Parts: sequence; C-alpha cells; structure tokens
Amino acid sequence: MEVTLTEDQEFFRETTQRFLDQKSSVSVVRSFRGHDDGFERDYWRQGAELGWVSLLVPEELGGGSISGRGVVDLTLVADAFGSHTAPGPLLPSNMVAAALARSGSEAQRADTLPAVIAGEIVPAWVVGPPSGGTVTSGVTASRDGDGFVLDGVQGPVEAAAQAELLLVTAQLDDGLAQFLVTPDAPGVTITRLDSIDLTRRYGRVQLEGVRVGADDAVGTPGEAAADVDRLLQLALVVQTAEMVGAAQVVFDMTLEWMFDRYSFGRPLASYQNLKHRFADMKMWLEASHAMAAAAARAVQEETREAADVASMAKAYNGQYLPELAQDCVQMHGGIGVTYEHDIHLYLRRITVDTVMHGSPADHRQRVVSLREVA
Amino acid sequence: MTATVQAEELESVESFRERAREWIQANLAEGSHGFGYRLNLTDEEELADVARQRDLQRKIYDGGFAGICFPKEYGGLGLTPAHQRAFNVETVGHEYPWLLQVPTFVPCAAVLLEFGTEEQKQRHIPAILRGDEIWMQFLSEPSGGSDVAGALTTAVRDGDEWIINGSKIWTTGAYFSDYGLCLLRTNWDVPKHRGLSVFIIKIHQPGIELHRIEMTNGAREFCQEFMTDLRVSDDCRVGDVDDGWTIGRRWMFHERNSMGGGSPYVSGPPLREGPPEGAKDQLVKLAEANGTIGDPRVRDLIGESMTLTRATTELSRRVVEGMSAGTMSDNIAAVTRLMGGMTGVRRNTIAYEITGPSVAASVEGDPGHGTGVNWLVRQSACIGGGTTEMARNNISERVLGMPRERTHDKDLAYRDVPKGPPAKS
Repeated sequence: MEVTLTEDQEFFRETTQRFLDQKSSVSVVRSFRGHDDGFERDYWRQGAELGWVSLLVPEELGGGSISGRGVVDLTLVADAFGSHTAPGPLLPSNMVAAALARSGSEAQRADTLPAVIAGEIVPAWVVGPPSGGTVTSGVTASRDGDGFVLDGVQGPVEAAAQAELLLVTAQLDDGLAQFLVTPDAPGVTITRLDSIDLTRRYGRVQLEGVRVGADDAVGTPGEAAADVDRLLQLALVVQTAEMVGAAQVVFDMTLEWMFDRYSFGRPLASYQNLKHRFADMKMWLEASHAMAAAAARAVQEETREAADVASMAKAYNGQYLPELAQDCVQMHGGIGVTYEHDIHLYLRRITVDTVMHGSPADHRQRVVSLREVA
Repeated sequence: MTATVQAEELESVESFRERAREWIQANLAEGSHGFGYRLNLTDEEELADVARQRDLQRKIYDGGFAGICFPKEYGGLGLTPAHQRAFNVETVGHEYPWLLQVPTFVPCAAVLLEFGTEEQKQRHIPAILRGDEIWMQFLSEPSGGSDVAGALTTAVRDGDEWIINGSKIWTTGAYFSDYGLCLLRTNWDVPKHRGLSVFIIKIHQPGIELHRIEMTNGAREFCQEFMTDLRVSDDCRVGDVDDGWTIGRRWMFHERNSMGGGSPYVSGPPLREGPPEGAKDQLVKLAEANGTIGDPRVRDLIGESMTLTRATTELSRRVVEGMSAGTMSDNIAAVTRLMGGMTGVRRNTIAYEITGPSVAASVEGDPGHGTGVNWLVRQSACIGGGTTEMARNNISERVLGMPRERTHDKDLAYRDVPKGPPAKS
C-alpha cells in the first residue's frame, strides 16, 4: 500500500476493513474449513456493492474507481483481503471484469460485465503461468468454421467449481485467444481440488472438444497476447498486495508475542539473535510493501516497465514473505504449528498467492526475458 | 508534512524536471557516474580526477542545480525530495561528481546544517555546494568502529584553543580532502556518551600525519590520521562541549540514510537503479559473452539480481516518503542501510557466480574482468558506513522497540571502562 492515501482512498479502505472485520473475522474464516464453495453469495454481492469489482472498469461501462487510479485502489482491497484472509473470488472477478472492459464485445459488455461487477456472476480466469516473456495456457484452440474448438487441461484455477462463467485463455496456432465458456457446456469437466487455503477454492478445468462461437471470443482470436499480459500484470498487483497485507499481520502478531513470551526470566524480544532476525524480517516486509506499491503504480500508469516491475514484485514478495511467515512460525515454537493458532491462516494465503500465476523463479526468469526483448 | 505548506510557492516537480533534463543534456557529458573503487589510477590520475569532479560540482552549482534540498540562505535551492528524485533520474547515463556527495554532503554538510553556528554554516555550506571543500568523517578509531561513542582521541582545552591527540581511521580519500568532521573525547570522568564533542578540523596542517591503507582489492583510498598536539580554535567546535553524542546520533542517522540511498542531501544518478529503460543489464551482457545466457540457472540469478536492485530503490523511495510524511521515524533509515548491505553482497555473489572461472584469473577485456577483485571486498557493503549488525540493533531497538542490549559501560566514568582483556598477572 502507498505510504500516503487520499482522503477518499482512506475512507474506502476503512469501509472495506470494517466490513471484513465483521464478515471475515478469524472465526468466520475458520468456519469455512471444509465448506464446498469457501464463501457465501450474499457476502460476495455485498462486497461488490462496496466497489470491489468495479475498480478496473471505466465509469461509462458501469465501473468506477475511488481516486481515478483504479489499479492502486484495488490494492487497498487486496491488502485488506490479505490481512483478513478474506473469502471471495477477488482476483478472478477483477481479471474477468478488466478483460471484458478492455476487449469485450458490445454484447459481452452489456450483458455479462454488469453482472460480474455486481457480484451476481462469479467468473473464473483459466490461464497458465508465464514462461519467459509470454503467458502460457494448457488449452489449445483450433478454428472450426466460424467458431473454435477448445481442448486441454488447466489447473489449479481459482473458483473454477463455483464459477458461472469461465474466461479461457487458449493457444491458437497463430497466437493467444480468450473465450467465454459456460461450465455446463458439453465437454467441460471441472474437478474440485483440495485447497490449502481455508476459503479459497480451486478446480481443474478439463476441456474436450468444447465448441465456442466467434462471438464468445474476447478480443481478436490470435491477437490476445497483449491483453493476457496486461491481465497477468494486474493479477500480480493483486497478489503482491494481498501477500504483504497477510504478512503484516503475521509480523505484528509475532512481534507482540516476542514481548509477551518469557523464557529464562526475560522476554524473547531481549535476545539479540531474535532481534536481528526481526530486523531482517522488517526489511523484507517494508521492501515488499514498497514493491507491491511500485508494481501498482507502474501497472496503473501502463509504463513501459510495468511488466518488469510487476514480475519483480512477485519475485521479491514471493521469495521473502513465505520465509517471513515460516520464520514467524518458528518464533512461536510448538504453538505455531497448531491449528488452534491463527498464524497458519496467513501462511496459507501467502502460499497460494506465491505459487499461483508464476512462482518467484518463473518471474525472475521472466524479468530477464522482458529485458532481452526491450 | 511541513513541505506541503510551502508547496504552492515552489516550482512544480515536472517543470523542474524539464529544466534539469535540458540543462543536464547540454552540460553533463554522457558516461558513467564514476562511483566505486578506482583501482587503475595512479595518484596523479586520481588527483586529476578529483579536480575534475570539483569542476563538475562547480558547473552544477553555476547551473543552479546544486544543493536541491539545502536552504536557499546557504546557497541551496530549498526544494523537496521529489525535486531531487526527479533530478537524480535525469542524471542517469551522465557523468556526475559522485566523489563529493558522500561523505561531504551527507553526513558532514547535513550535520553542519543541523548543528553548526550561523557563522560555520555561512563559511562552509556554500563552499561545499560549489565543490571548493571536500569533507571527511573523522569518526572510527583503530580501537573500534561500531562503538563510535567509545572514542579515545582526546581534545583538551587550552584557552581559546583545544589540543588534540589520537588517531582516526577509515577516512576515504583524506589525502585529497579539505576538512574533517571529528568526534573527540573532551571528558574522561563521565560515562562515555556524555564526554564527547564535535570539531571541524582542517586536514592539511602541521600536527596531522596521514597514512594510506591498502585494501584487499588494491585500493588505497582509505586513510588513517595521526594527530599529535594538534591545535584547533574553539570556533571550530560544533555544538556544546561534552554534548557531542546529541550530534553523533543524528550524524549516524544521516550516514545510514546515505548508505541506503534515502538521503535528501545526495544528488546524482541512483547507484542501485538498473540500466536506463531498454538498455541491457550488465549481467545479461556478461552471460551473453560467456555463452551462458540460455542457462535457466543463470537467468534465474540475473533476474534475482535485477529484482534486488529494484527492491532496494523502491524501499528507499518508500522510506523517504514515510519520513517526510511523518508516518515513519528517522530510525527507519537503518532498514535501508541493512537492505543496501544485504542486497549488495548478494548481487556481488551473483556476479561472481555468473563470471565463472574468470573470477580466479582474467585479463583486461575478458568478460567479467575485475569481478574477482570485487568479490574480495564484498563485505565492505555490510561494513562501511556502520555495520549491518549495528543496523539490525537499531531496527530492533529503535524501530521495533525491543529491549537494548545490556552494556557494561553505561554508568561508569569512561576512564574506568575496560578497553581490553584484563592484564595477565
């Protein structure tokens, strides 16, 4: 999150925080363990009313930002999602809304987009991790008359089994394409996966000879690489902000523990070995805040280096924040690896964010590829 | 934020950036900023380089771009860190008088600005901004670097003068510099922090003998000074007698801040910024020359190095913003100092790994020539300007509020504090 927010942003942040304090308390999050969907539809619609899915969509298409900088505004929600390990399909909803706003047809913008913004439709974003300078997909598309046939497997895909709509990224022989597919279309099989997050659900999407029409395409088939890359950048902004939001809570709760826990007649906070590890963690945490904010700014402004900075933010936060969380577990001792303690809620969220949409290693290598092209 | 109040009257950052860009392109030659060890220079070449850097600083002063965040009454521009950052970005790819930035501007001029008398500020700060004076820190002593307040070098009052005896060490380039900001013991009968004073000392004068220290990479820029019955006038004293640690703490803060790249008093191309947009990273060039650029392990390392470079820059930006907005205390500068050290050593290691066997032996012109020698002094990134261990103490104690380490010298008169193992009987 930026060091200073505008008044409107501060108000928006507080509203979301208050809402989540109530609707996504630790006990609520815990109650979703084993729940099929990981969130309630009412909750998601209420969140959407607060503006959670409108921020990347221009006003004339029914969206709207808080500050005129919707990408930056979205990091306020993502940060709060991290600090509450909140339920709900925040990332896929915003990615699909952004895709439709950017390249959707008139009909898609008129019929589908408003329902996504309102939280009435839960979408899933079916896409593979980046490899080098491009985004991959496990799905191929082939032309068939006026339409296309989709085949392949992709997963884990967030909220796949909960979604009413899939935005499928597919590899055409001449480039990337994006299609809207309904999960009940013939040839679509979605397998629920066991998620390590208490509320975030994933599925594996299998497509076998799934037929889509030309009007199901989002943007021009074969020419979607730039659109998909933009979505990846946006996804990285959401992820890195959410990770640092979660890591901040882990850090704060562990710091408090250092003062409260005594051994050998003195607080843990008085041991130089632990103090120095906290100094390192503070550095990682502040640098992660800085990288998340830098990524949001660059992606917001669509600077030439936006892809670079977004990937560097993922590479940095993805390398150091899981370590921070695990070291905080270590500082708790035995209680830190129990289900009873809350620290694992955040470790889970940081972990799923780290591995989805490209690992830190994927993004380190992507940074080099992007620089070679430049 | 105090700066916002005046913001209305200040030139906008964008307009300042435009002017700076135009001036820099017309006046500063393209080239490297010339930071780092200068191993291959003879003393004559080095002195010529110092003279050239003084001229460059003068040029910047005459062009109206020196001392961006220094007050106008002392020859500065009285602008904000945002103006300075804009200027810094525009200097990327141009020659720049780096030698004069640290420690002359920070911490020395910054300390003078905060604690100097009006007369001292008028005498020195405009001269510093013009490139006429290069300053050094007379801080560390052979007896200890981290325990700065444990200074043994002593000043004894003699009427309007002070007589100084002792030795200071780790001053970079004292032989081509003009003044030293010097922390001295003026009272041995009180606990160590309460018996220190700060003085301005002219370096080239009778009573100071300079000795140059050779480092493992062959550099001979660090010096040690031996002061014997050196006489200094009382008007060279900064701050009150025995109150030197009040200054010393701010001095350390400014130093940490400069190490992390967060000081508003240092201008010039950001040292840890990556290459300008579109330019190839040095490590990419190196791996291409070695034929290893296709190796995923090498690509992973290069990506890591670029990421750490960027993270260091972004952290500095965040910390400067937090301090000027008042949401972070000045102690947060220890975080950027730690980051500079830790990313510095990691990036050094990555360069060494990618260079391969040429680390052991190479000739001028080979890919990665010089990497081996840089590797030998890798840890200087975590030592110079305050060790990373001290930074970790500062972060945990001053930023996070954890208890201080127990010390044995806190309430003892400094003359009674042990300074070595007990003598064997």
